[in-house]
Amino acid sequence: MSTTVGKRKNNWTSLLLVNGILALICLFWTIPTVGLLISSFRTRDDIQTSGWWTIFPHREWTKTQEFKPDAKLDRNGVMEISGAKGTFEQFRTGIKTPDGKRVIWIGNKRAAVIRIEEQAWTTRTNFTLENYRNVLTGKQYQIKQTDGSVKTEQGDDFSGAFLNSLTVTIPATLIPILIAAFAAYGFAWMKFPGRRALFTLVVALLVVPLQISLVPILRDYVRLNLNGTFLGVWLAHTGFGLPLATYLLYNYISTLPRDILESAFIDGASHFTIFTRLILPLSVPALASFAIFQFLWVWNDYLVALIFIGSKPDVQVLTMRLAEIVGSRGNDWHLLTAGAFVSMILPLIVFFSLQRFFVRGLLAGSVKG
Amino acid sequence: MQRSTPLPTAGPGRPENRLTANLGRILLAILVTLLTAVVLWQGFVFLRDSHAPKLVIALVAIVWGLGGVALLYGVANWLVEQLPDHWRLYLQPLIFVGPAVAILVWYLALPTFRTLWFSLLDRNSESFVGLQNYISVLSDRGMWEAFRNNLLWLAVGATLSVVLGLLIAVLADQSKFESVAKSLIFLPMAISMVGAGVIWNFIYAVRDPAAPQIGLLNAIVVSLGGKPQAWTTLIQPWNNLFLIVIVIWLQAGFAMVLFSAAIKSIPGEIIEAAEMDGATPFEIFFQVTIPSIMGTIITVTTTVVIFTLKIFDVVIVMTGAQFGTEVIATQFYRQYFSNRNFGFGSAIAIILLIAVIPVMIYNLRRFREQEAF
Repeated sequence: MSTTVGKRKNNWTSLLLVNGILALICLFWTIPTVGLLISSFRTRDDIQTSGWWTIFPHREWTKTQEFKPDAKLDRNGVMEISGAKGTFEQFRTGIKTPDGKRVIWIGNKRAAVIRIEEQAWTTRTNFTLENYRNVLTGKQYQIKQTDGSVKTEQGDDFSGAFLNSLTVTIPATLIPILIAAFAAYGFAWMKFPGRRALFTLVVALLVVPLQISLVPILRDYVRLNLNGTFLGVWLAHTGFGLPLATYLLYNYISTLPRDILESAFIDGASHFTIFTRLILPLSVPALASFAIFQFLWVWNDYLVALIFIGSKPDVQVLTMRLAEIVGSRGNDWHLLTAGAFVSMILPLIVFFSLQRFFVRGLLAGSVKG
Repeated sequence: MQRSTPLPTAGPGRPENRLTANLGRILLAILVTLLTAVVLWQGFVFLRDSHAPKLVIALVAIVWGLGGVALLYGVANWLVEQLPDHWRLYLQPLIFVGPAVAILVWYLALPTFRTLWFSLLDRNSESFVGLQNYISVLSDRGMWEAFRNNLLWLAVGATLSVVLGLLIAVLADQSKFESVAKSLIFLPMAISMVGAGVIWNFIYAVRDPAAPQIGLLNAIVVSLGGKPQAWTTLIQPWNNLFLIVIVIWLQAGFAMVLFSAAIKSIPGEIIEAAEMDGATPFEIFFQVTIPSIMGTIITVTTTVVIFTLKIFDVVIVMTGAQFGTEVIATQFYRQYFSNRNFGFGSAIAIILLIAVIPVMIYNLRRFREQEAF
């Protein structure tokens, strides 16, 4: 009796420990993204002047009273205002009074207001879609500055880059799958000289870092006028994704039951018919898992785009656009937060709706270089 | 599929008829080939020169790209199927496997040797300089900084990704909220490194000490009475660690998913037997779980190591590879694309390749052990 009770108690505490640590890790893992998501809906001024967590109830100094300072005060010595005593410099940063108030001198020595503040519970919930509008339309927008003047700034158009990303990603995902599926079928079901040697090549190329190819391929592209074209980027992604695609699809296609194919051959079907009518439909799970892998890889790619698109702004993809803004307007958080989410939305949808396939793909071929 | 069925007009016995039939077939083949070429070329020219609205271009590009590849396969196969049987048997594997092999050779196999050759030439790829570039690489101070940082990335980033991935997999395995927890931790896998850079830039953001901090990390530091720090720029070399955190955040989920699957495939009886023998959870973990998933640990570690070795995007986005955060891949980019020193850049790429060769040999050896092929 006592042992079972002891064991159960032990289980209960260890379960609490396990779930507690897990919850903590999950929290840590989620906060960065959530923080950015919340910020992307905050106004420009709010992002610049307060942390995103201030949308939750918190205690903050809030204004209760505001008045002009007495002209007779000795601004170069020690002053006393509303029960607080200190020099001009101390008042500028704020002096706390014993009854929990704070007195702040706002402005310079001559033109100024005195503000009395108190700690109070507040939330900052001025949510807006303005950031997304800026990022998606690239229209000019106006900012009211602290001195009351209005400044006009150019927004950043992500919609073009979004379309470019789609135009790069969809073919760069599907072309390697098609080519790899043909090759995988050839390796699995056809007899030809050099079959083993060629497949060994595929396995060897799995881990070759793509940096090795950038230099020679760029030279070829310059010579062939392929630099900055969609075709060039598709082919590059096809080349770099092909070893893994062929390897994964071969592993799948070669395990399909042999008798299905044999009976199809006896019926007089050609390799091409068997491949398109029989093998492709049967391989959908493997095709899907590689498709997700390649989609995320291409959509999120920065290096290949940077090298092979680099010079042409009208073909620029999202990651390049975003990286450019980080470099040139790194403090425009209202553009960055919304821009980052525009670039993430599609992969996140794909990820959540097809996670099962994605995981299967990872399990099958976690050897990519 | 009609392979060698003669056309209806061609009488089998009369040679002149067979000739005309074959002639017709050859003409048809040439026509189809030409037509395909024209269609593909027109698409290419349209995409290159057109000023149509972006959406139209995008749609045409997608249809042209995908349709083009499918068309090429279809036409090539059709051509081969017109040939006599013994030709077809020889040529058909070429159509299935040929394109993939050609692309692999052009994009990966040949470039390896071409880059090797460039690395033996001078900065403009004009004259042969032998190993001079490698000597320069190994005596360059910036390169040693890159090597040091890459080692730090491997030692801290790769190790922690694997260890945390394993820890989370084990914890999640015993929790009721397994699928939710795993999804949340796996989620960063869907985010680009550039996007992750933006996310973490926001965490590390620093403001004047008098103003409220908008970066979470500095806000915490200030609320604990500390001074706000410029995490990614000023505190060298520790700023590298703050970049490494980002990549751990990105790839621990990957390690976790693989470990989680491996742990689930350990037979329950083994664990139960160990429990019967009175083993503590820790003993079970180190003496049963770890040995059973050793294969997965090796796979995950090599993948993570290769990935970490080539780290580039995060560093460029976070610091522009300044402030002592240079790594091998950023040095490669800087030498090749900014300094236009082609020999030096190629030598760096070859060094990256040498670093992954052990993994390549391991993969090849495992492949050779597979009896099936």
